[in-house]
Amino acid sequence: MHMEDQNEIRPDPDNLLKLINDKEKKKRTGKLKIFFGMCAGVGKTYAMLEAANKAKTEGINVIIGLIETHKRSDTEELTIGLEKVPLKEIEYRNVKFYEMDIDAIIRMKPELVLVDELAHTNIEGSRHTKRYQDIFELLDNGINVFTTLNVQHLESRIETVKQITGAVVRETIPDSVFDRADEIELIDITPEELIKRLAEGKVYTREKSKQAVQNFFRKGNLTALREMALRLTAERVDWQLRDYISEKKITGTWKSRQRLLVAIGPSPYSAELIRWTRRLAYSMEAPWTAVYVETEQSVSEKNKDQLISNFTLARELGAEVITTSDNNIARGLIRIAKDKNITQIIIGKPRKFDFFSMLFGNNLVKELLKISGDIDINIAGGIKRKPRFDLLHTFNFYSKPSKYLLSALIVFVVAISNYLVYEDIGYQTVALLFLLTIALLPLFNFGPGPILLAAFLSAATWDYFFIPPQFTLHIGRIEDVVMLIMYFLLALVTGVLSARIRTQEKFVRQREKKTNALYILTRELSEANDIDAITEISVKNIKNVFSTDVLVIYSSPKGALSALSHSASTFPINENEWNYAEWVFNNSQKAGRFTNTLPLADATYYPLIGKEKVLGIIGIKPLDNQRMSFDQQDLFNNFIIQIAVALERELLNEKAKETFLLTESEKLYKTLFNSISHELKTPLTAIISASSSIIETDTQTGSGFITSLTREIGVAAKRLNTLVENLLDMARLESGIMKLKADWYDIKDLFQNIQVKLKEDLSVHKLKTAYRNEIKLFKFDFVLLEQAFINIIRNCIQYSPAESIILIEVYSEEDICIIEISDNGPGFPDNALQKVFDKFYRVPGTKTGGTGLGLSIAKGFIDAHNGLIEVNNKNTGGAVFTIKIPMRNN
Amino acid sequence: MDIKQNIIVIDDEPQIRKILRITLESEDYKVITAENAEQAIVVVGTSHPNLILLDLGLPDRDGLTLLKEIRSWCAVPVIILSVRNSEEDIVTALDSGADDYITKPFNTAELLARIRANLRKSQIPQESVFKNSYLSVDFASHIVMKNEEEIKLTNIEYSLLLLFIKNIGKVLTHRHILKEIWGPSYIEHTQYLRVFVGQLRKKIEDDDSDNKMILTESGVGYRMQILK
Repeated sequence: MHMEDQNEIRPDPDNLLKLINDKEKKKRTGKLKIFFGMCAGVGKTYAMLEAANKAKTEGINVIIGLIETHKRSDTEELTIGLEKVPLKEIEYRNVKFYEMDIDAIIRMKPELVLVDELAHTNIEGSRHTKRYQDIFELLDNGINVFTTLNVQHLESRIETVKQITGAVVRETIPDSVFDRADEIELIDITPEELIKRLAEGKVYTREKSKQAVQNFFRKGNLTALREMALRLTAERVDWQLRDYISEKKITGTWKSRQRLLVAIGPSPYSAELIRWTRRLAYSMEAPWTAVYVETEQSVSEKNKDQLISNFTLARELGAEVITTSDNNIARGLIRIAKDKNITQIIIGKPRKFDFFSMLFGNNLVKELLKISGDIDINIAGGIKRKPRFDLLHTFNFYSKPSKYLLSALIVFVVAISNYLVYEDIGYQTVALLFLLTIALLPLFNFGPGPILLAAFLSAATWDYFFIPPQFTLHIGRIEDVVMLIMYFLLALVTGVLSARIRTQEKFVRQREKKTNALYILTRELSEANDIDAITEISVKNIKNVFSTDVLVIYSSPKGALSALSHSASTFPINENEWNYAEWVFNNSQKAGRFTNTLPLADATYYPLIGKEKVLGIIGIKPLDNQRMSFDQQDLFNNFIIQIAVALERELLNEKAKETFLLTESEKLYKTLFNSISHELKTPLTAIISASSSIIETDTQTGSGFITSLTREIGVAAKRLNTLVENLLDMARLESGIMKLKADWYDIKDLFQNIQVKLKEDLSVHKLKTAYRNEIKLFKFDFVLLEQAFINIIRNCIQYSPAESIILIEVYSEEDICIIEISDNGPGFPDNALQKVFDKFYRVPGTKTGGTGLGLSIAKGFIDAHNGLIEVNNKNTGGAVFTIKIPMRNN
Repeated sequence: MDIKQNIIVIDDEPQIRKILRITLESEDYKVITAENAEQAIVVVGTSHPNLILLDLGLPDRDGLTLLKEIRSWCAVPVIILSVRNSEEDIVTALDSGADDYITKPFNTAELLARIRANLRKSQIPQESVFKNSYLSVDFASHIVMKNEEEIKLTNIEYSLLLLFIKNIGKVLTHRHILKEIWGPSYIEHTQYLRVFVGQLRKKIEDDDSDNKMILTESGVGYRMQILK
């Protein structure tokens, strides 16, 4: 039922965004294909196996996770050739059950896995309660899944199926799971065909077949079921098409923006209402919200369970679920409705009119109509339900017996005091005093029950002890009778009304407390200045507000869950529990006690989810061992979100601080280095400059004596300069701050430059360079390598005899540039070959000169390029240095 | 008779200033010194220099900042005095407007040669032919002769050679060359530069393994030598 409006050409931006997000999510997960049928025996498993076999021939890695062949021979045949994953054995009540082994499948990393019977419920002790949750976990791990499903297993169709076949289906899946499938293949056969198959024993054994035909497999049933399956598949195509159109921004009709709200409570009737609303919402394509208004009326345990299952149902069917507290249901509903811009409220048809509900209950429909304003009220009817009126539940008579006793006592006391004064004030006034007492009772937390008792008792007392004739219940005058009746009514009404005001006030305060709790948490968190403080504040607040024990575990620096819990935690964790916590950490999903996943855990674990990764987990154990109420759960979820936000903020802060410190220390180092460098270089510059000046001018005037001395000054200064430069290089290397400035260079260029720079040092030696093959350009730090090779060559110069040749051979091999520098000197003693590159190492017995830094600097610079250097003795005498540098191009 | 050229020396070390003054004045230059940025600006503004020698490591203000400020209103050639292993700073200074550099400790002869090379810029070359000991280039006809034999250069190689000749004796940063020959979007493509300079060298240098004309300035750029 569409609200076909004026032709607005406007795809809804919210919807578009949701589509895109869904698509994104889908890209990362595996694809789910459901083989869908109207009932057992149509051939779903068979079709699935056929498809699997075909996929296998196309080269896809297919395995069988779990298959139910029901001993049908045709089906069994198809399983041959496909690898079956052994099932996991779970023992429950001393019986062995077999369920799918999720972890084994994930480990095998198949491309496709077959899992029969999507709607199956796992046995207790399994990780998830339902098989579809197992399948979701597989999908999240990127594995594609084929599965089977009958139309009767869909949550929204239960009622209809029941009406058609009379059978109540127990194993169901939420419609959202069905919607999530990427592909639905309908396995359709005519009812006649199916019945024929049944008769041939192809579905069940002969025996069972006969029974089956009579009961479930009647032609009428089958036809109806078939229609339902067909319709569902068609609907799906329909909305997929609509999604497609919406996404491609193809113009179409603009849907009106309806938003629905359904009021639910702890009765099975609510479940029906929820399903009904879901169908309505689906056909209107409107979002819908389910609201439960918690009132003063207590909810019995049985009803609590029903309430919880109603909530779960609503959520699974795609509703947003909200709880609120208000003594006036209508008021609570309207409050939420206004907040969420609801256009239509759906409630169930009211109970039969009766005296009590009119007087004391609130007629929901009337109330709603009064205050709903623009919001439509839709009264869903047509669903049969047993009329249920529970006097005991209308009035909360579950007050403690002590309160009853106490109220009786109070009446007694007041009666006595009245007796003492009644002669002065008269018996009518006494009534007023009693009335006052009753009006005051609610202030002291007396419920309607004790107040009723008090009213009754005080009326009786008044009658007996005060109304003439005294000491009888008999009333003399007619006006006294009237007064008595009036009194009683007044007492009752006053008492109950004040009680109501009290509870209303209590609810408001409760709501206030909830908001306040969140406010306090957020404020304290904003003032926290490190992770420990955040943890302590979080634990403290959670403990105070929810009365639970709290456990906090953060992720380790490497990204996995830390093995240690934070010191602020209030309970320890053992290995088993830690494994559950790790699962939560890895899957970003809450699990544990009171949930559907890992329900046997001791505590409930929640992931702390940051923007890009999971920051840690929080585990809670309620001190009273009770499940949290919805209100509390809601509040807790908000707490978790706030804590995660604060954590993320703090982590970013710390990162920023670290980066800042690093930059600052680099700056400091640089300044220091520069100033030392400056101090050392300046006098040297002066000496070298001045001495070279003298030599220049003096060669012209020819005073050889001064020139030659000055020359010596120059030589000494240059030697000092080399030393200073070596020391500075060493300092740079040691500091760890040195950065490689790599750019494209030609290695030939390098050696040519070296030749020029070493002109003076090479006065009595010859330097020859040979290139064995063409060496392409690669990236390196020219200045560093130049210095490294200069140091090595200087070393060769120093220790080889005059007139000898120092040979440099350069070649490349598989993207590594290899340079061999050899001399004809004495070589190195064998035990020194390793130590040569150590700082300050000098081969024992060598002539003085040099600090032993040159080679170690060379090694440092070469290491910075991820290169290697080693020295060996040539068998023809002399040493050869082999340097290998990877020829990088990025 | 030539008017003496004016050189301003900006360095915070008194010893350096003294030595430079002595050396330069003995070569017939007029020298004015400044010891910090403040003084420098006054001196540069008031004394019409022909060349500025600027120490990068000034105390009160970054030599670079001073360079940029001077450059904003003065086009006089600037040679920066630097220390070894500050190639990054040298390149930044060159790209910010300095014309050449020399590292401390420097050889007097080298310093004087650089000063001469950079002073030449103020005199616009009128020749249409370039000649040195074995290379000659005719700008009008684009003919290049090495040792009296004509050699063929590609367009890019010719442009490169031209750029070097125009700036002979002065350093050219990689960035500058890339920008001039290939365009602003190529300033990161050093590999092109290597390849083409390598090719050019092969063609014009006498001995491939001994570059006499086009020198590599480690980490900074290239310089074409003035050969007698």
